[in-house]
Amino acid sequence: MAEIRNYTLNFGPQHPAAHGVLRLVLEMDGEVVQRADPHIGLLHRATEKLAESRTFIQSLPYMDRLDYVCMLCSEHAFCMAMEKLLGVDVPLRAQYIRVMFDEITRVMSHLFGLAALGLDLGAMTVFLYCFREREDLFDCYEAVSGARMHAAYYRPGGVYRDLPDAMPQYQPSRFRGANDLKVLNRNRQGSLLDFIEDFTARFPKCIDDYETLLTENRIWKQRTVGIGVVSPERALALGFTGPMLRGSGVAWDLRKKQPYEVYDRVDFDVAIGKNGDSYDRYLVRVEEMRQSNRIIKQCVDWLRANPGPVITDNHKVAPPSRVEMKSNMEELIHHFKLFTEGMHVPEGEAYAAVEHPKGEFGVYFVSDGANKPYRMKLRSPAFAHLSSMNEMSRGHMLADAVTIISTLDIVFGDIDR
Amino acid sequence: MVDWILTRPDAWFGPVWGPAVFDTTANLAFIVAIVVPLLLCVAYLTLWERKFIGWIQIRIGPNRVGPLGLLQPIADGIKLLLKEIIVPTQASTQLFFVAPVMVLMPALAAWAVIPFAPEVVLADVNAGLLYLMAMTSLGVYGVIIAGWASNSKYAFLGAMRSAAQMVSYELAMGFSLVVVLMVSGSLNLSDIVNGQGRGSFAAKGLNFLSWNWLPLLPIVVVYFVSGVAETNRAPFDVVEGESEIVAGHMVEYSGMAFAMFFLGEYANMILISTLTAVMFFGGWQAPIDSALFNWLPPFGWLALKVFVVVTLFLWFRATFPRYRYDQIMRLGWKIFIPLTLAWIAVIGIWMQTPWSLWR
Repeated sequence: MAEIRNYTLNFGPQHPAAHGVLRLVLEMDGEVVQRADPHIGLLHRATEKLAESRTFIQSLPYMDRLDYVCMLCSEHAFCMAMEKLLGVDVPLRAQYIRVMFDEITRVMSHLFGLAALGLDLGAMTVFLYCFREREDLFDCYEAVSGARMHAAYYRPGGVYRDLPDAMPQYQPSRFRGANDLKVLNRNRQGSLLDFIEDFTARFPKCIDDYETLLTENRIWKQRTVGIGVVSPERALALGFTGPMLRGSGVAWDLRKKQPYEVYDRVDFDVAIGKNGDSYDRYLVRVEEMRQSNRIIKQCVDWLRANPGPVITDNHKVAPPSRVEMKSNMEELIHHFKLFTEGMHVPEGEAYAAVEHPKGEFGVYFVSDGANKPYRMKLRSPAFAHLSSMNEMSRGHMLADAVTIISTLDIVFGDIDR
Repeated sequence: MVDWILTRPDAWFGPVWGPAVFDTTANLAFIVAIVVPLLLCVAYLTLWERKFIGWIQIRIGPNRVGPLGLLQPIADGIKLLLKEIIVPTQASTQLFFVAPVMVLMPALAAWAVIPFAPEVVLADVNAGLLYLMAMTSLGVYGVIIAGWASNSKYAFLGAMRSAAQMVSYELAMGFSLVVVLMVSGSLNLSDIVNGQGRGSFAAKGLNFLSWNWLPLLPIVVVYFVSGVAETNRAPFDVVEGESEIVAGHMVEYSGMAFAMFFLGEYANMILISTLTAVMFFGGWQAPIDSALFNWLPPFGWLALKVFVVVTLFLWFRATFPRYRYDQIMRLGWKIFIPLTLAWIAVIGIWMQTPWSLWR
């Protein structure tokens, strides 16, 4: 009798479900995955090494490009680690802005994750529905920083500038008549806060739309329930964080357990799953979007009522205003020093972590007192998640391996760094 | 003029060969008259699919080529014709080129027995239903050969999936057709349509209540869903399984060879929709026998029904997530086949009772 051998399937890096550049070497017994061997490094850009030869502030935009669907959250961890070393305080308004944009980013990331999960499972419409709302959030980024993705908006000691009073408008074009423009620009007439408030008002309805298409859909449940089950113990042992851990039923959320910024002042619940399967992780992410929406609403209300500075007045860290710089010798020196050699960070080590949409994202600095880090280490949540790929997908079918990759919600900028 | 043309074969080829030449020419003309509009329908079905799904997904859909994007399928066709067909070095070249033909050919050949209107059918054969079964089953060979000849693991997986899936759903479809055969007592598709025009409701002018769909409701559902599976459309598109096995058996094909698979798939979609309309929704008959409805010619009614059913295919695609391969098998073997078998028994007993609708 002929010997029956498993065969090896090279899944990716050029594959529609590879979520970027994942190369997965699958050992298959027919349709059943026997071993999954993720290969990484195809998007390695040496961010940690690059940071060693650049001033601190020059490294900040790299954070956007790590996990390129949750940009500002990575910046947040970077700024928090620097603030720890520098010992500067962040104005309360800046903290609220950061929390608001962290949550906007969380919604963006979960929308993207849900869209990708839908697409991987063949539910194409959800993909476009999610991207419709994501587009509005990109507009918030654009309004506040000028960039739609890589905002570079947070700074050590606060944020780069206050929230704008006007939203960018759609412009007329050959394919857009006056009536279309009126509809498109309807909620863009006021300030950014008005726009965000309008978004929070209609977003729960949008989530209901996604849920109508998926949550109780029999095919959706057949495809996700019981797929890639991780027990709470294993989830902890594998170093899971974020929705992956909460999906397994462990109520661990840095926003609650180690509140940073103003998370202890806003009201929200932590969503946790029960069974640790793909379906629970999906539900956790959907619920987190609802909770984020609540947080955003609270931040909008607070920010409306409380104007104030948005960046520290310590000009060793943050640049002085143009007026001060033009009229005051000392401020001119500060400005010149900041924009030529950057800030000198006291000697020491600091680690700061945020509840990134995907889990715990941490930045660790070792500073030798120079204007650039001696060493920067990034703790990316998806790296730990991906390493469990083999354990999660063994014994499942090929289509389930795709589901699992998708519920891991991995982004390669983050894993390869 | 017409008389002059009709007498030419006899005049040129004599009374012995003349009729044969006449029949051959007439049939070829009829075949062209079916295939060319069919391929146009296929082309414009792709446009309708993109537009319709676009509307569902709050997009616009193609609108750049020609007015309202109406020339888009033509542009796509030209693009595919001009593209290079790349043959993988490890592929079995002859089989590689035979496969797309084997997908497209049965999808077109099956149209020979479809009645478009009363008396308008290329081959009014009595074994029409059987011929259809045979033709729709042949398509799977093309898919398997494509997967095998490509010599690629993804294509191979796709071929394996399609072999299993299409064969399983062929059974459920076959059993559904058995029920239709039982109630109409004929394998001839024209007779099946005519049979639906008789009954107590049809006598009152309410044709649509006499059609097969009402007494055979579970069978319509099984037949149509099996048809979706048979054509490898979403949510049963694991054979292509875009996010799993990239494009399945088509992964190594490009240019016109790829387009042949595409044409075959869409021709099959229209075919399944037509069969659904013919066997369960009264074919060319108007739903209500009144002047208002008879205004549309029989062919118009058939086209309208086919359009509605084909749109259902697209609606499914835009709405449902994709089944997993083993779940498709379970649905086919454990639900559809027992259901159709049970319904065969129900109809069989029903037909023996005094309340039988089909006498």
